[in-house]
Amino acid sequence: MATMEETTSTASSLLRRRGINPGDRVFRGVMIALSGLVILILVLLTYQLLHDSLPVWQAEGLSFIWSSTWDPPKDVYGALPFVYGTLVTSLIALILAAPVAIGAAVFLVEYAPPQFAGPIAFMVELLAAIPSVIFGLWGLYVMAPVMRSVVEPFLKNSAGKLPVVGGLFLGPSLGRDYLTAGTILAIMILPTVMAVSREIVRSVPDTQREGMLSLGATRWEVIQNAVLPYARTGIIGAIILGLGRALGETMAVTMTIGNSSRQISPSLFTPGYTLASGIANQFNEAGTGLYFGAIVGLALTLLVIAFLTNLVARILVKRTASGPVGATV
Amino acid sequence: MTLTKPVVSERVNIMPVDGHSMETRNLSAYYGSKLAIENVNLVIPAKRVTALIGPSGCGKSTLIRTFNRMHEVVRGARVTGEVLLDGDNIYAPDVDPVKVRRLVGMVFQKPNPFPMMSVYDNVVAGLKLEGVRDKRLLDETAERCLKQAALWDEVKDKLHASGAALSGGQQQRLCIARTLAVEPEVILMDEPASALDPISTLKIEDLMQELRERYTICIVTHNMQQAARVSDFTAFMLAGEDRVGRLVEYGPTKSIFTNPKDQRTEDYITGRFG
Amino acid sequence: MATIAAEGLLAKSNNRGNLRRRYFVDRLLGALVTLAAALGVALLAIIIAYIVIKGLPAWNLEFFIGHTEPVGVAQGGVGQAIVGSLLMLAVACVLGIPLGIGAALYLSEYGRGAFAEVTQFAIETIAGVPSIVAGAFIWAFLVKTILGSYAGLAGGVALGIIMIPIVARTAQEVLRLVPDSLREASLALGIPYWKTVIYIVLPTARAGLVTAVVLAAARAGGESAPLLLTSLGNDFYNFDLLKPMSALPLIIYKYALSPYEEWHQQAWGAALVLIVVIGIVSLVTRWSVNRSARRLRG
Repeated sequence: MATMEETTSTASSLLRRRGINPGDRVFRGVMIALSGLVILILVLLTYQLLHDSLPVWQAEGLSFIWSSTWDPPKDVYGALPFVYGTLVTSLIALILAAPVAIGAAVFLVEYAPPQFAGPIAFMVELLAAIPSVIFGLWGLYVMAPVMRSVVEPFLKNSAGKLPVVGGLFLGPSLGRDYLTAGTILAIMILPTVMAVSREIVRSVPDTQREGMLSLGATRWEVIQNAVLPYARTGIIGAIILGLGRALGETMAVTMTIGNSSRQISPSLFTPGYTLASGIANQFNEAGTGLYFGAIVGLALTLLVIAFLTNLVARILVKRTASGPVGATV
Repeated sequence: MTLTKPVVSERVNIMPVDGHSMETRNLSAYYGSKLAIENVNLVIPAKRVTALIGPSGCGKSTLIRTFNRMHEVVRGARVTGEVLLDGDNIYAPDVDPVKVRRLVGMVFQKPNPFPMMSVYDNVVAGLKLEGVRDKRLLDETAERCLKQAALWDEVKDKLHASGAALSGGQQQRLCIARTLAVEPEVILMDEPASALDPISTLKIEDLMQELRERYTICIVTHNMQQAARVSDFTAFMLAGEDRVGRLVEYGPTKSIFTNPKDQRTEDYITGRFG
Repeated sequence: MATIAAEGLLAKSNNRGNLRRRYFVDRLLGALVTLAAALGVALLAIIIAYIVIKGLPAWNLEFFIGHTEPVGVAQGGVGQAIVGSLLMLAVACVLGIPLGIGAALYLSEYGRGAFAEVTQFAIETIAGVPSIVAGAFIWAFLVKTILGSYAGLAGGVALGIIMIPIVARTAQEVLRLVPDSLREASLALGIPYWKTVIYIVLPTARAGLVTAVVLAAARAGGESAPLLLTSLGNDFYNFDLLKPMSALPLIIYKYALSPYEEWHQQAWGAALVLIVVIGIVSLVTRWSVNRSARRLRG
C-alpha cells in the first residue's frame, strides 16, 4: 500500500512494475496487450505481403526487381519500369523541393521577424494536410495543362537543345508524365522538408553565428559558412525524409503520370508508372494467380525501399541533435 | 577565505603614442525598452589591457558587446550615445557594422571554433571572407597567427584536423588566432578563460601580455585576481536596485586595487559581496 | 560628422575592396530565401483558391444528399461518399484509438525495456508504411482471403492502421507533458497506480488526446489509396460494412478521371468539402493545443 514514505520516483516506478494492487496488474496487462496488437499488425503486414508475393519470387527470384518486362497476359513480371518511375519522380521532387524548402527554412529562422515566422510556417505546413487525391485533381486539371502548353514546350526549346541534358526533354509533351508527377510531388514534400530543416537550422548554437559575425561577416556569410555547414547532416536527413514521403505517394502520382509502361526512356516527358501507381491501377485485374503475387511483390518492394529510406533519414536527423562529429561546441 | 586585497603586479605605466584606442561617451544600452547600462563614459587606451570587472549582472558583458556592435544582434537591442574608435563614432548612422566587427575582434567565453572546418580553415576563415585566395598568403597568416596565439607547436602537425577536436584551452587559443588573422585594431575578450582549466587560463593570461604589444585589449572578467594580474586599467561596474548597470570607478589597475576612491569599489575588491 | 566617421572606418577596413560584391551576394540570397518562403505560401493560396472557386459552384442540396447518378439522367451528388467516409472513419477509430492510446500509455508510463523498444519501433515503422501498402496488406488479408469481397469494413481497418501511429505519437507527446508530480501526489494519497492513470493522468491530458485522435482521423479521412484496394467505392448509399462502400476521396478520384465535365465539377466540390473539414480541424486543434499547453505550464 502506498504510504507517505513511498513517494520517491524509484518507489513509484517500483509500484508500476510490481503491480501490488491487482488492478495495476490488469491495467498493465491491457496496455501490454494493446501494444502487442500494434506489433502484431506490423508482423502480420510483413508476413502477408511476403506470403502472397512468394509465387513471383519463386518464379523469377530477385530479378523481379530489375527486369523490365511487365506482361500480364504472358505471366511475365518485371518491376523495373515501376522502380524506375518511382526513383525518377522522387528525384525530380527532391531537386525541385529541396532548395525551396531549405531556403524557406533559412528565411524563417534567420530573417523573419518572430511574429511572422509562426504564421508563415503554419501556412506552409497546411500544405501537408491537403490530401493526396486533391493534389492529383489539381495536378490533373490545373498543372498538367500548364505543363503541356507552356512549361514543356519552353523546356524543349531551351534546355532541349543542349547536348546531353537535351535528352531529358525529348518527345511530345502530353502533360501527364514524369515531369508533371515529379513537380506535384515536389509541392507535396515541400512542407515536410521545410519543417524538419527549420528545426535543424534553429538548433545551430548562436555561439557559432556570433563567432562568424565577429570576424566581419555579412548575414548571408554567417549562414553560408557557419550555420549551414553545422546543419548539413540534419538537412540531408530532412531531404531524405521528404524522399520517403515521395516514394509512397499514390493518388497524386497516378493522376498525373500517365500510367503506361512503355519503354523506359530518359525523357522526362514520357508517361510512366511508379510502384504505388502500378498497384493502384492494376489491383482489380489481378485475380489470384501470379499476377496477384506480382502486385503484392510491387507492394513489398515499395515497403522495403520506404523503410530503408526512413531509417537512414531518422538516423541522420538524430545525429544532428548531438552535434557534428567530434564537436564539443 | 580571507578578505585581503589582491596583489597588483608592478607594471610601468607609459601612455603610448601609436595604436588604437576606444572611448565611450554617454553610452547607454537597451534590450527593447529595458535599460541595461546607463551613461558609461570610459576610455580604452591603446596597446593596454583594460579590464571590466563587477558582480554578475552588472552589465559588463553588455558593455563590451557594444564595442563591436554585437549588442544589436539581439532583436530589439539598441544603443544611445557614442562609441569612438580612434575618434570615429562606430554608431554613426551610415557606419556598417560588418566593417566595425572586422576592426574590433572578439573572443567569447565559451570557445566556439567552427567544428566543420579544420584548424587551418578556422584560422583563415576571416581572410577567406575578404576574398583572399593566395595560398601562400593564407599559409603565412595561419602560421603567424597560430604562433602569436602560442598554439603553433601544438597543432602544426594536425592543421587539417577538425577545429573542434582540440582541448578547451587549445580551442580558445584557436579562436584567438582566428581573430588575429583579420588584423583587428582592438581585441575584446568576454571572460575568455572562465570556461577553462587553471593551466589554460594562465596560458591565456600570458598571451594577453604578449598581444598587448601590438593590440589594444579589453577584457571582461569576474575573476578579480586575474584583473589585477593582467590589466593596466580597470573599470568597475555595478547594477543598482533598478538593475541598471553603471560605471562606478575607473582608473589604473594599481590605484583601483590599492586605493579605490569609491566605497563600493573597496567593498567589491575586498570580497564583501559579488 | 557622421560621414567622416563612416569614411574613416571604411578606409581602414575595406583594404581588400570586395565589400560591395559581398553585400550584393548578401542581398541577393536574402531576396532568394524570402522568395522561397513566399513561394510556399503562394502555392498554398493558389491551390486553395482553385478548390474554392471550382468547388463552390457544385455545392447545392442535391450535391450533399443525392448519390451518384448517370450523367444526363440526374445531377446526383456525393451523399453516399460522405456517409461512407463517416462510417469507415468510425471503424478506423475503433481500431486506432484503443491501440494508439494504449501503446502511447504503455510507453509513457512503463517505457523501459525491450518490449517498449519494440513497440516504439513498430509505431515508427507503421508510420513510414506508404498508405497504398497498408491498403495492399488489407486487400490481401481481408478482401482476398477472409471476406471474399471488397467491403467498407476492410476500408475502415486500413484507415485504422494509418491512424494508429499518428494517435500514438501525438498521445505520447501529450502524456509526457503531464507532470510527474501529479502522479506522485496521487500515489502519495494511497491511490493505486491504475486508478491514478485513469482518473488523474488521462483527464489532465484529455484535451491533447482528443486533439491527437481528431488529427489522426482528419488525416485518415483524406486517404484514398488504401480505400481503393479495400472498399473500392459504391455509387449508392450503403450502410452494410460487408459490402463495397464509397468515401469522399474515392469519389474525387472516380469523378476526376471520368470524361464528364459535370462529374469534374462535383470532384472539385467534394475536394472543397474535405478541405473545409481539414481546415477547421487544423485550426481548432492548433488553438486547443496552445490552450492546454498554457494551462499545463500553469
